[in-house]
Amino acid sequence: MSTPVHAPNPQLAVIPPEAAAKASLLRRVLRNPLALGSLLFLAVIIVSAVAAPLLAPHNPNTADISAVLSSPDSGHLLGTDGAGRDVLSRLLFGAQFSLAGALLALVTSIVIGVTGGLLAGYYGKWIDTASTWVISMLMALPAIIVLLAARAVVGPSLWASMLIFGVMLSPAFFRLVYASVSAVRNELYVDAARVSGLSDTRIIGIHILTVVRAPIVVQSAIVGGVALAVQSGLEFLGLGDINVPTWGQMLSDGFTNLYTAPLLIIWPALAIGLTLISLTLLANSLRDELERSNAPRRRRRKQPAEQPAVVGEEVMRHDDGGLAGEAVLRIENLSVGYETGDGGTKRVVHDVSLTVARGEVHGLVGESGSGKTQTAWSALRLLPEGGRITGGSIFFHGDDLAALNEKDMEKIRGSRIAYIPQEPMSNLDPSFTIGSQLVEPMRICLRMSKKEATTRALALLARVGIPNPERTFAAYPHQVSGGMAQRVLIAGAISCNPDLLIADEPTTALDVTVQAEVLDLLRDLQSEFRMAVILVTHNFGVVADLCDRVSVMRLGRIVETGPTRSIFAYPRHPYTRELLGAILGETSPRGPLATFDAGPSASPSRKGALR
Amino acid sequence: MLTFIGRRLLTGVALLAAITTFGFTLLYLGGGDIARKILGENADQQTVALKAQELGLDRPVLVQYGDWISHAVRGDLGTSWFSGQPVLDAISSRLSVTLSLVTGAIILIAVISVVLGVLAATKRGWVDRFAQLLAIVGHAIPGFLFAVGLVLVFALTLGWFDPTGYVPFLTSPTGWAKTVTLPVIALALGGIASVTQQVRGSVIDALRNDYVRTLRSRGIPARRVVLKHVLRNAAGPALAVLAVYFVGLLGGAVIVEQVFAIPGLGQVAVQATTQGDIPLVMGLLVATGILVIIFNLLVDLAQGWLNPKVRLS
Repeated sequence: MSTPVHAPNPQLAVIPPEAAAKASLLRRVLRNPLALGSLLFLAVIIVSAVAAPLLAPHNPNTADISAVLSSPDSGHLLGTDGAGRDVLSRLLFGAQFSLAGALLALVTSIVIGVTGGLLAGYYGKWIDTASTWVISMLMALPAIIVLLAARAVVGPSLWASMLIFGVMLSPAFFRLVYASVSAVRNELYVDAARVSGLSDTRIIGIHILTVVRAPIVVQSAIVGGVALAVQSGLEFLGLGDINVPTWGQMLSDGFTNLYTAPLLIIWPALAIGLTLISLTLLANSLRDELERSNAPRRRRRKQPAEQPAVVGEEVMRHDDGGLAGEAVLRIENLSVGYETGDGGTKRVVHDVSLTVARGEVHGLVGESGSGKTQTAWSALRLLPEGGRITGGSIFFHGDDLAALNEKDMEKIRGSRIAYIPQEPMSNLDPSFTIGSQLVEPMRICLRMSKKEATTRALALLARVGIPNPERTFAAYPHQVSGGMAQRVLIAGAISCNPDLLIADEPTTALDVTVQAEVLDLLRDLQSEFRMAVILVTHNFGVVADLCDRVSVMRLGRIVETGPTRSIFAYPRHPYTRELLGAILGETSPRGPLATFDAGPSASPSRKGALR
Repeated sequence: MLTFIGRRLLTGVALLAAITTFGFTLLYLGGGDIARKILGENADQQTVALKAQELGLDRPVLVQYGDWISHAVRGDLGTSWFSGQPVLDAISSRLSVTLSLVTGAIILIAVISVVLGVLAATKRGWVDRFAQLLAIVGHAIPGFLFAVGLVLVFALTLGWFDPTGYVPFLTSPTGWAKTVTLPVIALALGGIASVTQQVRGSVIDALRNDYVRTLRSRGIPARRVVLKHVLRNAAGPALAVLAVYFVGLLGGAVIVEQVFAIPGLGQVAVQATTQGDIPLVMGLLVATGILVIIFNLLVDLAQGWLNPKVRLS
């Protein structure tokens, strides 16, 4: 290994994009009027603090006994305080000392917290243990009490108490840096840097500090505010050094003269309050901007795929031969849309129509993003936040669910339409026992007593093939396997004798061996209770196994629908053929699934598929 | 569960030992000529030496520390150097006052944060904007500044409450309420701001869980799902924030007590530190340390009750 080869200028690769991002972050923060106002106010305060000796008309500590508590006049623009000192001068010098004190605490806490966090996070081991201990001790002590205790030793000194408070505040930075460093420490690029021989200091400097730099800036605004607040509190108690004018001292003096000169307390209170609010607003908008710039893609991933080419395409209907029985659910021209950030609506389901009869299993097939789950959730009226039915009807035994109010819908859910989710573990509430989650709906929907519901829940658990119902009943979700959890969810779904069962990929998250068992169970239960079932899946194998009828969905539309046997025998739509091909292994294994743009007419083998 | 409590208690005791050692070292090594401080500048050398001997200050610090510890574990925290009152008495007589303020503030924080946080998360709109505003103001304005404002408006101008003093609950419940209401509000504001934010955030997160949809698909009304299932899952992070805030609450009480002239621990603290009454300061460190440890233990127990994974592992 040749150590120093790469060393010439590693910063080149890292810093320019970071710096650019930072510059634009600042610019974006400045566009926020609240943040801009806060920055301007803080700038004014800082300038007046620095220029206090030039601006102040009087010495802040010169007491004029003959002019105690005088009202504002030309000599004293804001009047004098309880000792006859000029209020304006004290306010200006107060800014200087108060801010300097807060700055001292801030710098102390940054130095200790960042260094400690870097060392503990990067090297781990005993440094980690020791510093974590010190930190938890610091956090268990009320700062004021410690500062008071310290005062008993060192006497009243602004600088000493702010230094000590800086130490007390260091956990704020320690925890921040520690968390980031432990997360970054084992990243591949840090390993790579280490393997290629970069020294620890360089790795910390280049790779780790850049990660935590922005959060440290945000945290500084917060910690600076806390330092100023506690400092003022301490001085307000009358425990400060009387020769050092601070806003806290002025508050204290104002409070003593609250009855005679209430105006005295207003000035320092305003100065402290506005500075603290500015710091908070600044920290908030910095943090918001940071989060926004760190997560630009998150929203997009949730959006289903774009749907350009297939507008207005005809649904390919295979000859029905009529429904096998009375229609339980009839969806007509359903459209579903999601609110977009700019107030528009993004449609994810277009013009979907399908009918499910009693005792029939209707498969809804398509790849992810095809709108099949959205259609299923619409029938339950449980679309995620921002989503709504934008058109069409969902007739359930004649009632239009799309137009029903929430209260009536609650009466239908569970007792008449039930739902089996895809991911078993995340669909059980981790804080309650499995038993209580089964009993609760039965008590509401079937108006059962707790005892009746418990008996029925145990019977259901046995029915879905759980070997020890009592034990599972008393267990928490994290104590059972995924297959068991899915059986529990199935038991829950059928517990109130629904007419319609909506199963959203009920086997996708399970092991292959368990999948077959769960499918068997679903088939048995379906025929036993003569339920209508909508089975959402991307797997034609499952369709062949269970479904009487299939609708193939693509890009939010149904492209082909008909009896399962007919679709398997004579798939007409090229997309259906591709999906079928995927399970039959006819297409090349790496071929993309939905890349064709043209409509069905472009397919060369179309004739052969027609009956 | 018992081992869980045992382990937490053990950590607490270790923490307390660390705090007292730290405090003792700081106070006794950094304190300079303590006997001289007590007697004042005019006392002659011999009297000072006698005083130091009387207080045991002429012994090595390690011996003094061992002495203090051996008494402390038996519940004897020594006597105040200035009043001669046993430290334990001085503290316990004031403790109930401070505790009633702090407990009141905790209850107020919990109730308001849960109600406001849940409303902000589920209703959004103006409730949400109000909660955001409250978060900024509550975070930015220190409790004592707010306290001063409350005194000005509600006690001095409107006269609804007493500006200063404290009436024990057992003496007069209405008097107690009149003296305690404003300080409790002032103390609670910061906590309300941060805990409401946390409740709002974790309720929004919990609402996105898959099981919320599944529970609603079973016919459980949305409100019930929120109040029973979502809230329970969201409570953990909120409690953690409350536990951190408790420490700040004890510190805040010191200053707020001063504003309202309430004879609690804060007054003892200010007095003891101004005089350099080291046994009393040590006693205060121990008392606050124990309070923090007990509160954290209670929070841990509540977390265990809320979250079966914590309880059963």
